[in-house]
Amino acid sequence: MEKPNLEYINQLSGGDKSVKKELIDLIKTEFPKEKKDYYSSLESKEFEKIEENVHKLKHKISILGLEKSYEIANKFEHNLRKLNLDKKEDFDEILTAISVYIKTL
Amino acid sequence: MNCIIIDDEKMARVIIRTLCNQIDSLNILEEFTNAIGAIKYLNENTVDLILLDIHMPDFNGLDFIRSLKTPPKIILITSDSKFAIEAFEYDFLIDYLLKPLELDRFKKAIDKAQVKELVSKSAGTNVMENDFYINIDRRLIKIDLPSIYLIEAKGDYIKIKTDTKDYVVHSTLKKIEEKLPGWLFLKIHRSFIINIKKIIDIEDNSVLIKKDVIPVSRSKRPELMKRLDLL
Repeated sequence: MEKPNLEYINQLSGGDKSVKKELIDLIKTEFPKEKKDYYSSLESKEFEKIEENVHKLKHKISILGLEKSYEIANKFEHNLRKLNLDKKEDFDEILTAISVYIKTL
Repeated sequence: MNCIIIDDEKMARVIIRTLCNQIDSLNILEEFTNAIGAIKYLNENTVDLILLDIHMPDFNGLDFIRSLKTPPKIILITSDSKFAIEAFEYDFLIDYLLKPLELDRFKKAIDKAQVKELVSKSAGTNVMENDFYINIDRRLIKIDLPSIYLIEAKGDYIKIKTDTKDYVVHSTLKKIEEKLPGWLFLKIHRSFIINIKKIIDIEDNSVLIKKDVIPVSRSKRPELMKRLDLL
């Protein structure tokens, strides 16, 4: 499985350490909350909310340079619109990988 | 250009702001986490450009667009390509950017917005009017302005040459010149108006447009050369 990285963030911040820090801090604070919201929506089986949660998480996935995972997230989001949970396991794996990575930042 | 950012995600707003800060001509007036706040702001303030997320809870970006009476230029920023087709139904939409945003692509979109800004200010024309109608045998025929490459005076008539077809219309060069956007068209001779963007090459006192070699009046040459510098 591909590994999360800071390539995009480095490129975007263009060497500005404060911008880089702001973006990393945001990921560190927002990602766990969005992940929690996602699992809570899953529990209550509110598909519209799950889709919304996945949509938000998808942006973080792309920011962390996970191109293939982003495609999986896209498919999962698409499936959710049809009230279908296909790709959930793959998506959950991505979230776990990101959670592990974030702890190293 | 004065702009506002509308996106419910803080991360997205920070990224858009970071990119805006790398472009001197952009000035961020406000950031909004939802469309309702932006509507209130726009009731009392004027902006040149809106950087707008589509996927927002409750009141999404497209609902927001539909609610605007006099929309400024808008660049859509989203992770959803599914809205692209609907989005381009609106003339004031400059571009459609997919997240994650890249600086080069973002700059291109801002350039497009600046060109529109420049055109609307310099030519005094409504840039949303990208076509006009001509009357031929009691039929009104729509012509897409950018597709016109040459207009030639022929006595009491003018010949309009487009990429796909030629039309002969009972009118004068002077009349049609008044209707054409000055940024795109230029009268280079008493009998010819050309679309500047369609010029292939210029040689001495003539220009090549498609397969037509058109003479340039000595008095019009300086204006033509000046305009080419702008391209």
